[in-house]
Amino acid sequence: MDLNFSEDQRSLRDEVRRLLNDQASSAAMREAAEKNGGFDASLWDMAAAELGFCATNVPEAFDGLGLGAMELALLLEECGRRLACIPAWSTIAVGTPLIVSLGSEGAKSRLLPEIAAGSYRIAVALPIDNPQVAVRAQQSADGYVLDGAVSLVADLPSATLVLVPARFEDGKLGLFAVAPDDGLKIGSVQTIDLTRPFGALKFEGVRVGADARLDDAGFSEEALAQALLPGRLGLAAEQIGAAQGCLDLTLEYISGRVQFGRTIASFQAIKHRCAAMVVDLAEARSLLYGAAANLNIGASEIEMEIDALGVLAADVLWKVAEESIQLHGGVGNTWEYDPHFYFRKAQATAFMMGSSDERLARIAAQVIDGAAA
Amino acid sequence: MSAVQSLEEFRRQVAAWMAEHLTGRFAELKHRGHAGDGDALPDLRREWEQELAAGRWTCPGWPQEYGCRGLSVAEQVVFQEEYARAGGPGRLGHIGEGLVGPTLIAFGTEEQKKRFLPGIREGREFWAQGYSEPDAGSDLGNIKTRARLDPETGDWIVTGQKVWTSLAHLSDWIFVLARCEEGSVGPKGLIFLLMPLKQPGIEIHPIRQIGGGAEFNSVFFDGARASADCVVGQPGDGWKIAMTLLSFERGISTLGQQLGFTQELATIVEIARENGAAQNPAIRARLARAWAGLRAMRYMAIRSLEGGTSAEEELERLGYKYHWSNWHRDLGKLGMDVMGFDGVIINDDHRREQLRQMFFFTRSDTVYGGTNEIQLNIIAERGLGMPKEPRGKA
Repeated sequence: MDLNFSEDQRSLRDEVRRLLNDQASSAAMREAAEKNGGFDASLWDMAAAELGFCATNVPEAFDGLGLGAMELALLLEECGRRLACIPAWSTIAVGTPLIVSLGSEGAKSRLLPEIAAGSYRIAVALPIDNPQVAVRAQQSADGYVLDGAVSLVADLPSATLVLVPARFEDGKLGLFAVAPDDGLKIGSVQTIDLTRPFGALKFEGVRVGADARLDDAGFSEEALAQALLPGRLGLAAEQIGAAQGCLDLTLEYISGRVQFGRTIASFQAIKHRCAAMVVDLAEARSLLYGAAANLNIGASEIEMEIDALGVLAADVLWKVAEESIQLHGGVGNTWEYDPHFYFRKAQATAFMMGSSDERLARIAAQVIDGAAA
Repeated sequence: MSAVQSLEEFRRQVAAWMAEHLTGRFAELKHRGHAGDGDALPDLRREWEQELAAGRWTCPGWPQEYGCRGLSVAEQVVFQEEYARAGGPGRLGHIGEGLVGPTLIAFGTEEQKKRFLPGIREGREFWAQGYSEPDAGSDLGNIKTRARLDPETGDWIVTGQKVWTSLAHLSDWIFVLARCEEGSVGPKGLIFLLMPLKQPGIEIHPIRQIGGGAEFNSVFFDGARASADCVVGQPGDGWKIAMTLLSFERGISTLGQQLGFTQELATIVEIARENGAAQNPAIRARLARAWAGLRAMRYMAIRSLEGGTSAEEELERLGYKYHWSNWHRDLGKLGMDVMGFDGVIINDDHRREQLRQMFFFTRSDTVYGGTNEIQLNIIAERGLGMPKEPRGKA
């Protein structure tokens, strides 16, 4: 098992980091968060079109870079670090793998090259807190009819393509691609996370053509769960990156803040807490890369690892975010300083793709009742 | 054959050797002699060291020119894993093999290598570590044990006290960090000496630990001697050598240690299943969290052994000791909580006694080898570049 980065991986990360340091500054993030509903269109255009973010995990046969989960993790960590207001997670970590895993060859050759070129911002119509299929599909004379509601869809307001996993009457699942203006009812939902927009989605007898269906002949819940693993991994990567960004800005603040004639960074009570955050970050990040390597090869305990990763990533972001406010003292409680944006993200991501309690319960079932101890 | 295949072949070879040899009269040693049980069955464990040596499994990572296998890092990791998986006992030869040998290979004279390496490799001579003192724990630079040159014999005459000396009562030799320059302070003026433990002027007193066992000792020196050819490096180089030696302590044994942790977690799960604790949702969540931490620890160790040198990777490496020791300490408490009141009753159930010993011993995990507080200072100061702790006047 090789968990150190290759030269290519390092330079990918450095390039993304450079772009986001320049273009996703605190001021740009605040502009997008406060005035543009959490979406920075010019940053997206740059990332998607110029830097080719969206090509990362599209297979080479469909004009992508064909890279794996490790690169996906590096990319989303960087997005998290700067709280980049772009739908990278929804498009690259969730949407693209659904099409790659579940799509027919025809659908893939139709959509993936365009996705790789950055032509789509994708939202996936699964309830964000519990990614179970909530839409029903029925065959009609010239296509399909979709019904149902998904109350909370990430990155829906900026999406140009909505992927809809839907259930047929016989229990089989299908995957549909719908344009937002194709008769969907989109409601707005404001959450405490100002850096990721959400929307509510309603299908009331929405008629779509036969070519809207992306899969060949239906797939199982299990196949859908497998196709969502990169999304779970990517969410954790984003959380870990956000924790790193939040720790960085905290270290910078405490190194400059002087009380009692010394920087507050020189107090052991503060040094130790920062060091403990470093250990928690190292723990979560190591599991991120280990799970990414295992996701690439489809190792046997990958679901457990991704559940464990979800727990550690949510914990570390929460811990760093709350410590950040505390260590900033009074100004940590003001709108003007940035910690609250991370604090918001920490709580808002804690229940995305399920909760830590559910993840621990699944791990326990394997460790205690299964054979994985 | 690919590298992976040959590694798997090597794994089978180690496993087969262990299955064939850790049996018969040695079967009694399985899972014994580890932390918390370090003074168990000393005579049989000496013989086991010689059994290992006969199979050329002592010092397998030392270079071939010293008569050893010269295994790669990956192979050594496999060896450690299979040794632990088979229930291999705690190694009496650990300090000689892991610390003294590499130090002599790096800094020793040819004569010293000839004199000491074979005894370690053949499982005949066992070593103890003489660093800490009553007033030099976390502040190791504060050691006061004195070494004075005897102009007539050229010997160094040592007076002072070392403490927390693991298994000194079962060892033949000790390496000693002592102050050889009168009036020097801190890391300056220190000497690194190799001394036979069985000599007039050395007394060994066991220290009884909170779990009842006595793996550690106080070692008193009162005019004990180290001959001139038993100085490693030059007088005054002691600190540099001592610090290099500590860097050997980390690394390879880590993944074997983790297999031990995996077995401990499995024992706790087994008991939880038997006594119904596994029905308790809070216990289930804690067991799951322990699994998550252990899995992360595995990848931390792999990343660390792969030796990335970026600032981020160095920083992660600094956190490793703090991570595993606190994880293990929590596991010690979890084991007791899974047993419930049953766990506090002393009886001769082997698994329960093992978990009780772990409960006590893991309290020292976050103290020895750099306390939690020192680890956090190191991460903050060396890793994050935060201001250094002010020092009091010596």
